[in-house]
Amino acid sequence: MTIAIEVTNLHRRFEQRGRVVRAVDGVNFTVNTGEVLGIVGESGCGKSTLARLIMGLLPPSEGGVLVEGRALAGMDRRERARLIQPIFQDPFSSLNPRQRIRDIVELPLAAQGHLSASVRRARVTEILGRVGISPDMAERLPAQLSGGQRQRVAIARALVLQPRIVVCDEPTSALDVSVQAQILNLLAELRRELNLTLLFISHNLAVVEHIATNVAVMYLGRIVEQAPSAELFRAPAHPYTQALLASVLTPEPGLGIPDVGLGPTAPDPSNIPRGCRFHPRCPKAFADCAVTTPEMRGHERHGAECLLVADQPDAVKTAGQLLLG
Amino acid sequence: MNVSSAAPVLDIANLRIAFGMRAEPVRGLSLSIHRGETHCLVGESGCGKSVSALSVMNLLAKGATRSADHIRFHQQDLLKLSEREMARLRGDKIAMIFQEPMTSLNPAYTIGSQMAEVLERHRRAPRRQALEKAADLLARVGVTAPGMRLGQYPHQLSGGLRQRVMIAMALMCDPELLIADEPTTALDVTVQAQILRLLLELQQERGLALLMITHDLGVVARMANRVSVMYAGQVVESGPVQPLFAAPSHPYTRGLLACIPVPGNGQSAAPLGSIPGTVPRLAPGFTGCGFHDRCLHATPDCTGAIPTQSPSQGHDYLCRLTPGWTKEAA
Repeated sequence: MTIAIEVTNLHRRFEQRGRVVRAVDGVNFTVNTGEVLGIVGESGCGKSTLARLIMGLLPPSEGGVLVEGRALAGMDRRERARLIQPIFQDPFSSLNPRQRIRDIVELPLAAQGHLSASVRRARVTEILGRVGISPDMAERLPAQLSGGQRQRVAIARALVLQPRIVVCDEPTSALDVSVQAQILNLLAELRRELNLTLLFISHNLAVVEHIATNVAVMYLGRIVEQAPSAELFRAPAHPYTQALLASVLTPEPGLGIPDVGLGPTAPDPSNIPRGCRFHPRCPKAFADCAVTTPEMRGHERHGAECLLVADQPDAVKTAGQLLLG
Repeated sequence: MNVSSAAPVLDIANLRIAFGMRAEPVRGLSLSIHRGETHCLVGESGCGKSVSALSVMNLLAKGATRSADHIRFHQQDLLKLSEREMARLRGDKIAMIFQEPMTSLNPAYTIGSQMAEVLERHRRAPRRQALEKAADLLARVGVTAPGMRLGQYPHQLSGGLRQRVMIAMALMCDPELLIADEPTTALDVTVQAQILRLLLELQQERGLALLMITHDLGVVARMANRVSVMYAGQVVESGPVQPLFAAPSHPYTRGLLACIPVPGNGQSAAPLGSIPGTVPRLAPGFTGCGFHDRCLHATPDCTGAIPTQSPSQGHDYLCRLTPGWTKEAA
């Protein structure tokens, strides 16, 4: 199995009115080719900054990203575009309103500079057909398309260069559930057909569970838990992950609204707490949590940054056994 | 609490909304809400949920017209009120929470000033008293350091805090009816759970009647006493939450439920269900079932008059398919 993305000790800080915002604060992970890594977390946890760092749209303050074994920093933009492509949340603002659909999808090919017009046309027609955009729709402007159709166009634009990796930042959050289902199905099909590696960022845990093979949970700029998807959803180890999962409202009447026990304090990336960064909101925090910064512990494939995980080796063992069994 | 004994707090009968001759986004909506009850109006964008709510408040955009047999708030028909009388009710007895706390708070005024204004206008309360009440309510909705927040501007607050401010502001005059349009859609799941718990608590405390508009079926299942599923300007299925989720009967309701990834099912190769096509924009004078062009069970009959079916007490749907069809189809 080859490694598609390798992120090592990645940091990104922003200066805001004299305060330092630590948006990404020491992130490590690897994604193998063909896997789907879901990244979940609340708004402001650094998910989107992480996505921009991985796409090379933002330079890191520290650490680095290797894509297919090569450093993104300093890579030629055209080369990078053939390797990794984005799909953004809002198909209303990510498409140029003054260009026809066909031209929007052709632009990445034209930017490569060496393809003839007839080759470009053929490729555009092929990919638009694949995502379900008819030839007459290709002549229209984005405003003449529905939200779901626009997101299909965004997918076509991302795939027209046949990249190896696609970074999806909340690709279905702006869509209705019926359209969301269509787009998720399309992404899953394309991923299998083209052996794509996906980074799938979302705050919707049910969507991530549906599409991801592995999940990373982000809190205040760090990945606080990471595991294969099935295991994370079955046996979440970090109290934050547990709270996130408990907050998901399944369509089952009579169960009421869960008490997640997180308190009303919002996390602030310009003022990250000492010790465990989650301890002020953690329903299971004890005295040591305010002092000792937890390291990633647990099983090799299932780790969590929580002192409790070390204190309860059984919990980790159980998770490990699930993996083996 | 027996919610259905007394007269409803809000009773909408046969509401129609038209944008001239071009479109009729609401085509005969009827629903009622009792004291202490939560009624969820659910559907995709463009189905007419939000305009229906706005029309109750008489806040429709210019060019839109509403008509109805009546829109009763207690005994009073809101259709017969002047703008002045309506303005007196709005924010007082009937309050509304909008989806976007970013755009519905005024960026140029402090939270305290915007909250106090509600009480000053409706109750002629002195500012100091209004600010006290605002601080109390902010604390009640779980805002830390409410005194400090009153002096802050909307941009200084996070999305979750702004939404709490919106809720607190809606409660300034102790409303009897609260209309909440996607109150938690823009929020994280953890904050959503906190806000929804809060709404339930307030409802139990004050007997609030809550009309909640959402497209999230998880929220509907957990919050609603009654549900109305809206499609192309009509309620296509309605009923108490338990029977409706146990036996969803309109093909659209069933399609919506099949679209949601169910937590606990794990990563799956099986595709999600989906509804092909998009919500149509229907012009005035349209007859038949608005869903027929997307429906897998449609026949030529579906362009004619559509009967109402009642699988159980209080549970109705609008379709030619008779109760029990789902078992035969399976």
